[in-house]
Amino acid sequence: MTTVTPPDMPRVTSKDSVTPKDLANLTEPPKPAPPVGAPVRMTGAQALVRSLEALGCEAVFGIPGGTILPAYDPLLDSTKVRHVLVRHEQGAGHAATGYAQATGRVGVCMATSGPGATNLVTPLADAHMDSVPVVAITGQQSRALIGTDAFQEADITGITMPVTKHNMLVKDPAEIPRAIAEAFHLASTGRPGPVLVDIPKDVLQEVTSFVWPPELQLPGYRPTTRPHGKQIREAARLIASALRPVLYVGGGVIKARATAALRELAELTGAPVVTTLMARGAFPDSHPQHVGMPGMHGTVAAVAAMQRSDLLVTLGARFDDRVTGQLSSFAPDAAVVHADIDPAEISKNRRADVPIVGDCAEVIGELIIAVAAEFAAGRPDLAPWWRQLDNWRQTFPLGYDRPTDGMLSPQYTIERIGALVGPDAIYTAGVGQHQMWAAQFIKYEKPGSWINSGGLGTMGFAVPAAMGAKLGRPDVAVWAIDGDGSFQMTNQELATCAIENIPIKVAVINNGSLGMVRQWQTLFYAERYSQTDLGTHSRIPDFVKLAEALGCVGLRCEAEADVDKTIIQAMEINDRPVVIDFVVGKDAQVWPMVAAGAGNSHIMSARDIRPLFDEDGS
Amino acid sequence: MTEHTMSVLVENKPGVLARVSGLFSRRGFNIHSLAVGPTENPDISRMTIVVAVDELPLEQVTKQLNKLINVIKIVELDPTMAVQRELLLVKVRADPTVRSQVLETVTLFRAKVVDVSPEALTIEATGTADKIEALLRMLEPLGIREMAQSGMVAVGRGPRAITAGPNR
Repeated sequence: MTTVTPPDMPRVTSKDSVTPKDLANLTEPPKPAPPVGAPVRMTGAQALVRSLEALGCEAVFGIPGGTILPAYDPLLDSTKVRHVLVRHEQGAGHAATGYAQATGRVGVCMATSGPGATNLVTPLADAHMDSVPVVAITGQQSRALIGTDAFQEADITGITMPVTKHNMLVKDPAEIPRAIAEAFHLASTGRPGPVLVDIPKDVLQEVTSFVWPPELQLPGYRPTTRPHGKQIREAARLIASALRPVLYVGGGVIKARATAALRELAELTGAPVVTTLMARGAFPDSHPQHVGMPGMHGTVAAVAAMQRSDLLVTLGARFDDRVTGQLSSFAPDAAVVHADIDPAEISKNRRADVPIVGDCAEVIGELIIAVAAEFAAGRPDLAPWWRQLDNWRQTFPLGYDRPTDGMLSPQYTIERIGALVGPDAIYTAGVGQHQMWAAQFIKYEKPGSWINSGGLGTMGFAVPAAMGAKLGRPDVAVWAIDGDGSFQMTNQELATCAIENIPIKVAVINNGSLGMVRQWQTLFYAERYSQTDLGTHSRIPDFVKLAEALGCVGLRCEAEADVDKTIIQAMEINDRPVVIDFVVGKDAQVWPMVAAGAGNSHIMSARDIRPLFDEDGS
Repeated sequence: MTEHTMSVLVENKPGVLARVSGLFSRRGFNIHSLAVGPTENPDISRMTIVVAVDELPLEQVTKQLNKLINVIKIVELDPTMAVQRELLLVKVRADPTVRSQVLETVTLFRAKVVDVSPEALTIEATGTADKIEALLRMLEPLGIREMAQSGMVAVGRGPRAITAGPNR
């Protein structure tokens, strides 16, 4: 068969002979681009991807599956949204959380219906407790099949209702842009939190009109960000007359990006600052007014400062039971100024004398002005207070003993990581002893440099959160400080890191056991170690081999003399993730400690040493 | 603990009732009664919720309810400044021996007989919780066969409306 040129087609033989008229015959005239806001026909799935792009989403962590499949097709073509294929949906959720914490932007995860969606429940609950802006997008069975116990059907909006800020089931493809825009708005404004958008498969497949920007319809959502002037003046009046004030700083200060203002307020008032587990880095550890982390494993100085305080200036913190200990005996002499963007936090646990609803950046900004005005008429003498604080600091500094069995000290290891890697890095943690030591012995100078699971206490958080943080901040070194228990819950995401070129470092503080539970068994269960030996000291699994199997460099360190050089060796590898198995002693304990349910005056700086209790002579 | 009646305006969307009732159970607050219905605005439903809590937990309930994205406005109604009503449908044994006694009670309480059969009468009554309770106390010895009762609905007295004007 020969090809024949139809006689009526213009034949173009040379460039010179092409006339504009010929071109007009050859090509269709260019279509004018549709004006902004004009409807464009596309599928629900395309509308979803277009919405994500329009909202500036640059990364999605997820796994495809039956019902979310339509969304993955246009995702393949997106040049703006990078999809990171994780190994388990829990990893996707924590990665979105790590990304959000490191960048201050909304983290996005995606999963299919049924088990994919239920695997997101833990990270959503985690993000909810720690007020992290996360949007989860889940596939759902087609509309006609909802409610029939169809394959991979789960009522994920019902399941996640208590663990999300809000969730929605989208039943009309035309509503996808609005649902996604509302989800981003809800997640990132007011008190941030996770929002889940569930989209049935046939809604993703149906052709619809895409209009951008959509109009948000949230008549019941109006977060208060501007504080009430009268309350600000009242708070300033209390600050100007308090003799033993404490600035009790929580994660809300970091989320409000108010850390520079906080420093100004602190230096203006001269008051001591305590930073909660969620606020480590909100105020520089090196600052002379920083007296440490409060709470169950806080410094003696921080816990004592709050117990003896006459005024707690509470900024974006929520009087969590891990901070207050026994609530009825917490800070008995303190008046409470409580500023939070969530009115429900104020007077929830501890009654506030001066409630301030507002964004911490605005609250602190206005407090600075009001306090300065009050100070014009004279300021309190905090010298006696500082003498007492310094006495606590000097008498009961954070410290640790080397293990008596000659094994490597976990605290020393973590302290050296902090010293060598420095304050410009991001540190994530799992949950347990290693998390507390990482909060205590790494010195944080910047907001966003410490990312952990505070409220929910989710073991397995460190590796996927580090992955998300590193993706969001590729220029910054990201170290996951993990425990051997936590690490074994989510380490499969190291394969994701290796394949996606996300070179994180993981320091496994391997004490061979579920260390924090073991510590409680030592202290409160007569050293009966029920189900806390993980066998990891017998090299099951061998973390070095495991790291290599997952495409990472695996290192091991068992002696104090090798700690620095192993850390430096890891710092020099940047083309792959690195895992270091730090084999440490199993008997090291986290101190200081307030036993669960005990009053904070019973803080023990070491086993059976109660500095405040003894001071009272009681 | 005292009883509080809250009028809650919510978006008329699927799942809102589950959000509200779920919130009460997970935060450990007991609902005495909950009634939902449409309002003059088709986009907005009104819930009347009766809870028995002290002052501080009540503040917490209100704040937590306000955090629900679909909740638009919450007003606590002062019982002395509000009209409160419940609806009762009760089927009472009414053979010849007690029939006249049942009918006498119906008249006394300004209730209505809405269904009649030789052995039983179905009575409709509306009123405050106290009135409904008193009626039931009177009917009980005569033999209650079946009953259905609504939650309380309430509106404030006077010309003002909670649905008017800017929300919340």
